[in-house]
Amino acid sequence: MLNISLVAEDVFHIGSFGVTNAMLMAFLVLILLTILSVSLRAKLKTVPGIMQNIAEVVIEGALTMMDSVLGNRKASEKYLPLVFTIFIFILCSNWLGLVPGVGSVMVGHGADAVPLLRSPGSDLNFTLALALIAVTMVNVFGIAATGLKARVSVFFNFSSPINFFVGILELVGEFARIISFTFRLFGNVFAGEVLLAIMAYLVPYLVPLPFMFLEVFVGFIQAFIFGMLTLVFVALAVTPHEGEEAGH
Amino acid sequence: MVLDVNSIRLLATALVMGIGALGPALGIGWIGAKAVEAIGRNPEASSKVQTMAVLAIAFAEAIAIYALVVALVLKFVA
Repeated sequence: MLNISLVAEDVFHIGSFGVTNAMLMAFLVLILLTILSVSLRAKLKTVPGIMQNIAEVVIEGALTMMDSVLGNRKASEKYLPLVFTIFIFILCSNWLGLVPGVGSVMVGHGADAVPLLRSPGSDLNFTLALALIAVTMVNVFGIAATGLKARVSVFFNFSSPINFFVGILELVGEFARIISFTFRLFGNVFAGEVLLAIMAYLVPYLVPLPFMFLEVFVGFIQAFIFGMLTLVFVALAVTPHEGEEAGH
Repeated sequence: MVLDVNSIRLLATALVMGIGALGPALGIGWIGAKAVEAIGRNPEASSKVQTMAVLAIAFAEAIAIYALVVALVLKFVA
């Protein structure tokens, strides 16, 4: 049958550390994005060339979209690195994971042949790492914007029993966000991989094509959702609590 | 029908995904309907409504993904 493995397989070992195919793919995406951004940065001109033009359109679009959530351009520029990096990293990981060769070119012999490359989003480690980074940075930005006391008092509020309960719910909600981020991306990418593998196994010609379109679309949407949700949580965390006492 | 562990596991895998997709499907349909209605009432707010709707749909879909993960664990993890 098809070799569908929930766990990313090791392709080689550095000492006792096993490098998985998903990790290898993530590193390739990282190197590609680094080369792209460093070369763009080195060749910045007042009259832009083609690549700089495309980059400017994309970044301007991202900043405009962030403006509608955060309210002003200064805040958007402050949080663009985190949100846009998450978006572009997940986007390139998902889309490059659809390139022919990923998942089909094997290494090893016979029974223990494993794919050399695998979509990074289909590895739980990748999505968990991104989720942890996103939630940690949301809290860091919250502390930077409102101060440590204000941020802690969101979770541990001893002014009244109701507020205490709400604080505990908020704390549970933070961990629920980590789980939710992780499994949303993992579920979508892994399920997409399984779907493509099964479709190609059943009817190799023509039928997998609409499913490839679906996967391209889903890859974009999941990257957008991850970035957008991070942005929304940052916006919620840096807004100071107004009117809490004034309303009573 | 022999009721051993593997048969139950197979049944559970199918059921968890089938039942787990009901709620999100209804939710997403509802969100889509309300979003389209909102755009119809106020075409100028179209992009705001669209962004909000996409976000809400992703939240609803995540629940179906949780069910999928349970199904995957049942099928592929011992």
